[in-house]
Amino acid sequence: MTGTPVSSMLLVLVASFVGSFGAVFLKSGASRLRFNLKHLVTNYPLALGVGLFLLSSYFFVLGVRRGELSVLYPLVSLGYVWTMLWSRLFFGERLTRSKCAGLLLILAGIAFIGLGARR
Amino acid sequence: MANFGGGLEKRIRLTRRQSVGVTVICTFLGAAGQVLIKLGAAQLGGSTSPVAMITNPLLLGGYVLYGLMTVLFVLALRDEELSILYPIIALTYVWVTGLSVWLFRETFNLAKGVGVATIVAGVSILGWGSEK
Repeated sequence: MTGTPVSSMLLVLVASFVGSFGAVFLKSGASRLRFNLKHLVTNYPLALGVGLFLLSSYFFVLGVRRGELSVLYPLVSLGYVWTMLWSRLFFGERLTRSKCAGLLLILAGIAFIGLGARR
Repeated sequence: MANFGGGLEKRIRLTRRQSVGVTVICTFLGAAGQVLIKLGAAQLGGSTSPVAMITNPLLLGGYVLYGLMTVLFVLALRDEELSILYPIIALTYVWVTGLSVWLFRETFNLAKGVGVATIVAGVSILGWGSEK
């Protein structure tokens, strides 16, 4: 066991959290999207969403430089869980059984791919 | 801006299936972008020069694909729930796993195979199971 530094775990966890808010702002920007220049340049949620995604990938890249993907991937994939929660909380989307089942399978799948990538 | 045609905004609305389809296209672009960025990073070697990072054609190609992916994802999000579309982005893992085996000769093993199949199953349930 080579171990995964706690700093790497924290970095990818922060990345997953920041990225989930990126998704929230992209959605909020998308809902008010209008195709004229004035509306596009003043669509601040959209710009914020893109910015948060960039920030998130910065943390992600720093995080996965060290440590085992079998540990880090499941942490990264928590971003899908946060986003599901924010969708319910901020947009009132229903959490149906098929959404939860699909999400669980996706989380398991990402964990398996992480296991398969053991160095 | 002038709005000809009487005030009512007419626009094409995507069906759920179309939004899901556009999101799947996003995952192709994202996977291709990751491959280009990996190739570009290898080309840079150990260099951390910011100029090299924004002038390397492979890296630039990767950024452009990411940009395109974002634009398409926003268009898909206009008409569909975030809780359905966002998890679908996980398909990127499936394409990247395949491309890495093919292009970078990474090993393919049982765990990766199970992971790929499980993600595909999960996305299918999300995409088709949530019919209105």
